[in-house]
This record gives sequence, C-alpha cells and structure tokens, in this order.
Amino acid sequence: MFNVRVIPRLDIKGPNLVKGIHLEGLRVLGKPEQFARYYYDNGADELIYIDVVASLYGRNSILEMIKKTSQEIFIPLTVGGGLRTLTDIQNALRAGADKIALNTAAIRDPALLQQASKKFGSATIVVSIAAKRKEAGIYEAFTDNGREKTGINVIEWARKAEELGAGEIYLMSIDRDGTGLGYDTELIKIVAKTVSIPVIAAGGAGKLSHFSEVIEKGKADAISMASILHYDYIEKNYHEANYSSEGNFEFLRNLKKFTTVEGVTISDIKNHLLISGICCRPEEGCEYGF
Amino acid sequence: MASEVIHSVAIVDMGMGNLFSIKNACSHVGLHGFLTHSPEEITNADAIILPGMGAFSNAMNALESLSLIDVLKDCVHTKKPLLGVCLGMQILMTCGTEFGFHQGLGLIDGRVERFQDPLAKETPLKVPHNGWNRLDKTTGIHDRWEGTLLQNLPDGVYMYFNHSYYVIPDSPEVVIATTTYGDCKFCSAVKKDNLIGLQCHPERSGKTGLAVYRSFTGMIEQYM
Repeated sequence: MFNVRVIPRLDIKGPNLVKGIHLEGLRVLGKPEQFARYYYDNGADELIYIDVVASLYGRNSILEMIKKTSQEIFIPLTVGGGLRTLTDIQNALRAGADKIALNTAAIRDPALLQQASKKFGSATIVVSIAAKRKEAGIYEAFTDNGREKTGINVIEWARKAEELGAGEIYLMSIDRDGTGLGYDTELIKIVAKTVSIPVIAAGGAGKLSHFSEVIEKGKADAISMASILHYDYIEKNYHEANYSSEGNFEFLRNLKKFTTVEGVTISDIKNHLLISGICCRPEEGCEYGF
Repeated sequence: MASEVIHSVAIVDMGMGNLFSIKNACSHVGLHGFLTHSPEEITNADAIILPGMGAFSNAMNALESLSLIDVLKDCVHTKKPLLGVCLGMQILMTCGTEFGFHQGLGLIDGRVERFQDPLAKETPLKVPHNGWNRLDKTTGIHDRWEGTLLQNLPDGVYMYFNHSYYVIPDSPEVVIATTTYGDCKFCSAVKKDNLIGLQCHPERSGKTGLAVYRSFTGMIEQYM
C-alpha cells in the first residue's frame, strides 16, 4: 500500500509563523506552537518548519521551538533554513528534528549533502528545491528562500541530489507559492518521474481539487500546504482571546480576495483524497486502550 | 499509597538519527529515558532501546568501537527488555547486506535486505518507504500481539515508516506483524522473549505510537 502524506508547512521568522506570496512580503500570522498543535490534532502526517530568514539569531529561536514542539507533538518534524554545516544539522537533530531540509547549503556545497546523508542516513536528509519556471519544461533552482538565482536546472539538480544521498525532495514552486492557483503539476511530474526517491509537492494549494490533481497528474508522493490551512485556523480562532497577532487576519482575508484560497482542514483534505481514490492515513481514534 | 517507581531506559547513542523523539516519547509515558553509550549505564538500566537511522555497517562499527556489542548480546541471558527501532531492529539480525556483507548482533536469526530498485518496476514505488502504513497482525494459534508492545492496538493500525531496508527472520514464529509496500510484504515487527523489534517509528506515530511506549512500561515490569 502507498499512502500519501499530508504535510503542513510552517514558515518561521523569529518567534512567529509567517506567510508570503512567491516567498516574498512575509506577514506575521501568529504563534507557530498553536498552529502546530492544531494540525497535529487534526491528523497531519508530518510537519515541516522552514526558518525563512535563516539568520544566526533566528536559528536559536527555531531550535528552541523545535525542542518544545517535539516534546508535545509525536509526528515527524522536518527543519530547514540556514543549516550550513554538519554541526548545524547535528544541533537541529539534537533539538528534536527528525529530518533536515537542505537547499542553499546543498547547492553551494554538494559535498555537505553527501557527508550528511552518509553520517545521519539518507532517510534523514531532505533536499528542498525552490523552482521558478523559465519556459515549458525548464525550471531554475533558487536559493536563499527564493532570492538568489543559481542558473541550475531543477531536473539535473534533483537527479544529482538523489545520487548524493538525499532521501526525498521537497519541491516548491516559487511562482505558485501563496497564490492559491494550484500546484505546478508539470514541475512536480517532471521531477517525480526522474528520481526514485519520494517527492513532496509544495506551493500553490488553494482548493481541495488541487491536492488530488498534483497526486494523480503530478505523481507527487506527498503534499505540503500552508495558506490554505492557516486560513482555516485563523478563521476559527480569530475571536478567541489567546489569538493576539494583529493584521494577519486582514492579510489572509485580502489574500482570499485576490486568490482562490479557501480555508480547509486536514480532515477535509484527507476526505477529499479518499473520495478521489487516493490512500492516506485515516484519523486516529482514541488513545488506544488507555 | 506506594510511590510509583520510574523505570530507567537506556537509549543507545550511536550518534545517528533522532534519539530525542524517543526520549520525549519515554518521558510522555512516564519512563526515564536517557541517551548513553556507556556500557555500565546500559547494564544498569531497567530496559534498553536501540534506535538508529542510516547504514547497517555504520551502526555495527559504532557499537564495536563503543564496546557495546557484548553488553547488548547479554540481554539474551539477563532477560532485560530490549526494543530495537528501525535500524535498531535490523541490527538485531544475524547479518546485513548494505554495502557488502556485515555481521549483525545475531540476537534473532535472519537477514536484512533492500527494497528493489523502484524505477525497474512497472508500478514504481519510491524508496525510502517514507510515510504511514499498516501493521497487519500475523495469524497464529494465539493472538500474536497479546503480551507484546502492540497488545492494545487494533489490527491494521497505522504507523510511521522511513526506511530502505527490511528484515527477513529465519523463523516465522518471531514475526508478529507484516506491512505491505507495493508488492513487497515485509516483517514490520518481531518478538522473541524479551527482544522486540519495530521497523516503524512509534515515537513519531502520534497517539498510536505512544500506546506502544506505554506497553513498553508494562513489559519492563513483567521482566523485572
């Protein structure tokens, strides 16, 4: 059996959960811990945390966050953003991360990727690729959270990343990120067909049909999403006293005006997948036998 | 009322993978899990968890250089509960074939093999097998999960996997659960007396996985 994984993505800046469009114009949405807990309770299969500013100051705060989260949330946590050395990776694992996502550092120093997968195991190392469409079928890999061009072809890089020992590929379309226009199924399909390791599709989810589409047409092994879940969380929790971040609800409401993002829960996504004939982990029952 | 005894669990630190999620799962169910590679501390603990991610040979080399092989093999005589998770389950076997032939701990007779090259097949499935899958109870005269770490779980329960290799025990008697990935049905849980091995990661398998750690507490008490 093959079960698609549903992986919420949490973009982190300092102590806050943020979200942008095309990886730019980051807005603060709230406390990552609250979102993470909500997604865990709702059946998320994994969580991915990306430190979007990737500064040395930000690093400590994301590791603190992971340390706390991994004591309360018992699903795999992937951490990425600004990890540059084997020591950085070791520290993230020691904080409680289960998997590490490498983008910029792996492109600049492919030997690091090779050493990391050898030392910590391929299954621990995720290569994150931020892709921008150049022309039909041609994509360029970007680094530094979508800010820097590399001139590197995404398909060639994906193939090389597998050779160097990556255990899976987190593939995000910069063009689609935050837009709600749907995944770039062409991009996902080209890479998923090229490599024999799992590919996680990211960037662009705006409504339920996008999920089955990227799995059926794009051959994604797992799906990742952000705004579409964050919107649901904020909508449901906005009026609660513990939700204090200002401006974010307006941001997402505005986002909704300009895009087709509709807030959905993880249960909604899984029900949609099951109705579409796609296998995924069903919701957990009570705490078995206790 | 008698004060509750907190059982100590040595989590063998070979410098690989995430041991902290195992430690956190232990804490969550009231076990005192601690990371160690000291033979003395492992000998003195109430139970042992052998974790691990990565290559079979790396793990065996690490155990050898830390002088832990005899300490672990001793569990057969001391009857101390030993739980192998993922690679930790694989090295309980006689041998592994990753990057050549390698001797394992040999606590359970059997070998370790890799999933076949997915691109060579008509219906390609990716390797590593990374994600959630079912544990299917093997059939026997008695309930194969009774008295094991899976005892409170329903047949077909979902757990989180992340691996490219799987174990093939010589005796079907020790296989208590299988999992099917593509057309490969592999052994995902073994039990032989005080030794238990799980290919999945219960510490990352939500509330279901925590139930496994709770049962580990019961197993420790049973063998004390």
